[in-house]
Amino acid sequence: MCLGIPGRIVEITGLTAVVDFWGVRKQVALDLVDEPVKPGDYILNHVGYAIRRIPEDDIEGTLALYEELLRETDGGDLMAEDVAGELGSLGPAHPKGEPS
Amino acid sequence: MNGTTQMKFRDPARAKALVDRLHALMAEIGRPVNVMHVCGSHEQAMARFGLRATFPKSLNMIMGPGCPVCITDQPEVDEAVALVMQGATVATYGDMLRVPGTSKSLADAQAAGGRVEVVYSIDQAVAIARTTTDPVVFFATGFETTAVTTATVLLRDDLPSNFTVLSAHKFVPPAMNVVAGMEESLVEGFLAAGHAAIITGWGIFEEFVEKYRMPVVVAGFEPLDILAGMVALVELVGRGTPAVVNAYPRCVTREGNRRAQEQLWRVFKMQSGHWRGIADIPEGNLEIRDEFAHRDARRVYRVDPALAAGDGPSDLAVQCLCGSIMVGLKTPHDCALYGKDCVPENPVGACMVSSEGTCKIWWQYGGRPDVAAMIGGAR
Ligand code: SF4
Repeated sequence: MCLGIPGRIVEITGLTAVVDFWGVRKQVALDLVDEPVKPGDYILNHVGYAIRRIPEDDIEGTLALYEELLRETDGGDLMAEDVAGELGSLGPAHPKGEPS
Repeated sequence: MNGTTQMKFRDPARAKALVDRLHALMAEIGRPVNVMHVCGSHEQAMARFGLRATFPKSLNMIMGPGCPVCITDQPEVDEAVALVMQGATVATYGDMLRVPGTSKSLADAQAAGGRVEVVYSIDQAVAIARTTTDPVVFFATGFETTAVTTATVLLRDDLPSNFTVLSAHKFVPPAMNVVAGMEESLVEGFLAAGHAAIITGWGIFEEFVEKYRMPVVVAGFEPLDILAGMVALVELVGRGTPAVVNAYPRCVTREGNRRAQEQLWRVFKMQSGHWRGIADIPEGNLEIRDEFAHRDARRVYRVDPALAAGDGPSDLAVQCLCGSIMVGLKTPHDCALYGKDCVPENPVGACMVSSEGTCKIWWQYGGRPDVAAMIGGAR
């Protein structure tokens, strides 16, 4: 739950971004990130919110752990399950900002 | 017990160098050292990659109160269960479903016909509220990293009027004070959680270091990040230097995420509260400020936790040692129920429910796997 997951911004509309997580595209809210972000930037997502823009130089180091976890899922791996859970349940329809 | 998922270190030579350095440092110190981390993801990484097995035997790394689900107090779960029994829809994160209150969990309330929804983010709870006029309560749990998302949503002016929040959010730094101040505590230094520090910044630990003369190292979650953090921490302990070191500079800055902090403190204030099985933690709870009283389920509804408390805890539940485990006085192996009456499929205590709980992590990864071979027989 506290690990979060990194992804690459594909496009931004207002305060919502479409973010690519290893081929899975999801919407992520930008209300909390404290630096300007643009398509192509990597962010760390936590429960549907970008909490940090990952600096260019650090992207590879940050992705490595997740790639290891996503590659070697054999069931019963809590860390891999948590990461997969973040991927699987990121809601496709981000309701924020739409008039009710 | 499940087998351990083995992993090759990304850079075995560097891992070995760090492990060797840890052993050299501990040999210099020449006595046992106890340090604590406060993050479920650190425990997962340490168990999964078997890092403890590479540590010198005299170096003891304890998991502190770093599992937000585990420290959510029974009366807080009771409040959520009571709201369901009173007819509200309660939405919450998946891990909370099976966490026992005094006698019932939200899963029990659901099985009894109550409306309980598992959501991935608070926005999904808001979306549910938009589909109905009935009360929808988001049972908000988690540390500062999650609390900021609750805060940002409560600042929106387009929320449906039937949407409220039952806050069980907790703030980690005050819990470190409590552990450091415990007379029986052996902890000499803290490994702070990298992602909580993304929000608060590492500067927040300066006051703690000053007050308790104890070092804090902020560390990431990659095995190499953790090993590097441990080396920095043991160096500080050995030299007797109380300082904050940021061993995760690629994510954490001194001031942290100002924008998120600003939203967090506009919506929440610190309030003393009980952490399950541990103690009253002064300023450890995040309470919704008066300006947002109309979004605070505790003030909008008359929540009666006694409704959910039933006959009180079961005979098994009173034997749970979660609280002592989370302050480093006991380990899961000290609990007579561990792996017998208490297993992930049928958990007695919160530490066996959550994927971030010490008991579940140790059980799932088989306790302390030996990975010395993975880095070329470092030890
Ligand atoms: S094994 Fe179960 S009962 Fe024992 S301390 Fe852990 S969670 Fe509590």
